[in-house]
Amino acid sequence: MIPDDAPAKPDVAVVRDALGVGVAVGLSGFAFGVTSAGSGLGLLQTCVLSLLVFTGASQFALVGALAAGGNPFTAAAGAFFLGTRNAFYGLRLSQLLALPKAVRPLAAHWVIDETTAVALAQPSRRAARIGFTVTGLTLYVLWNATTLLGALGAEAIGDTAAWGLDAAGPAVFLALLAPMLTSATERATAGLAVLLGLGLLPVLPAGVPVLAAALAAPAVLWAQGRRAASTTGPTAGSTPRREKDSR
Amino acid sequence: MNVWIAIALTVAGCYLVKLVGLLVPAGVLERPLVQRLAALLPVALLAALTAQQTFSTGGGLVLDARAAGLAAAAVALVLRAPFLVVVGAAVAVTAGARALGW
Repeated sequence: MIPDDAPAKPDVAVVRDALGVGVAVGLSGFAFGVTSAGSGLGLLQTCVLSLLVFTGASQFALVGALAAGGNPFTAAAGAFFLGTRNAFYGLRLSQLLALPKAVRPLAAHWVIDETTAVALAQPSRRAARIGFTVTGLTLYVLWNATTLLGALGAEAIGDTAAWGLDAAGPAVFLALLAPMLTSATERATAGLAVLLGLGLLPVLPAGVPVLAAALAAPAVLWAQGRRAASTTGPTAGSTPRREKDSR
Repeated sequence: MNVWIAIALTVAGCYLVKLVGLLVPAGVLERPLVQRLAALLPVALLAALTAQQTFSTGGGLVLDARAAGLAAAAVALVLRAPFLVVVGAAVAVTAGARALGW
């Protein structure tokens, strides 16, 4: 029965949404497997990343940084900073899903872009829990299976660049970035980060320019805060105020 | 060995930040400035990574077939294509451009 106070959404519809996202993104583990193998990582290393890191952007960033000759610490730092957004997803999910304490360490592994997006889109706690679980399970199983297939495939293919597979990594980053560019602030940050990332590449050791480019985020916020301060008087500038964020 | 060190650090770091979000009391990360920074940090990193992995080889800047592939991905995104189609377009166009000798 559908309660009067919650919008109607049958469990089947939630599962269908979750499967759609889980399958589509889960299959792109193939791109990761190929990219990782093409970057020189072994089969075991590639699979361990998908099994235990399980956050795509960080995985792509790590293998890309290692392939470019970055040292393990700067490479891991880039992957780590990309992963920090998951902490904020977890914050929203913990209120929404109200998980028992004992389940949280397990559920944490599935706190990523896609599970959060599906869970937050649901009208009730029950639907959010189903959405989170089905998306997480589908994505985890497929992401790891396709990672293995991709890594094996890359070894069979040989020269992955001839097949254009070295373009998969940046295309994944672009696809993740595009929906985030919702306002001038995001676009300014992205533009500045591109300039820093490319401009510093020839002069800094591998892996460091991307960390330096991350400074575009506080730089744009600081510039925005200053502008707010100069237009609205001396007291309003300390915390940049904006309308409710779209994300 | 270096690769395993990087993997271990990434595994530990990425798991811990996921867990922190579920365990800390709401409010700790709720300050507006922290939220704004957390939203912008991935934007900066993803933009820089996209550019670097498209326009560089080792420590040098280059313009090669990957640029055509990324342009194809951008077109696919504007057309609201699904994730896999976006990645597939980039791969196919890059391979095509290389086959044509670019």
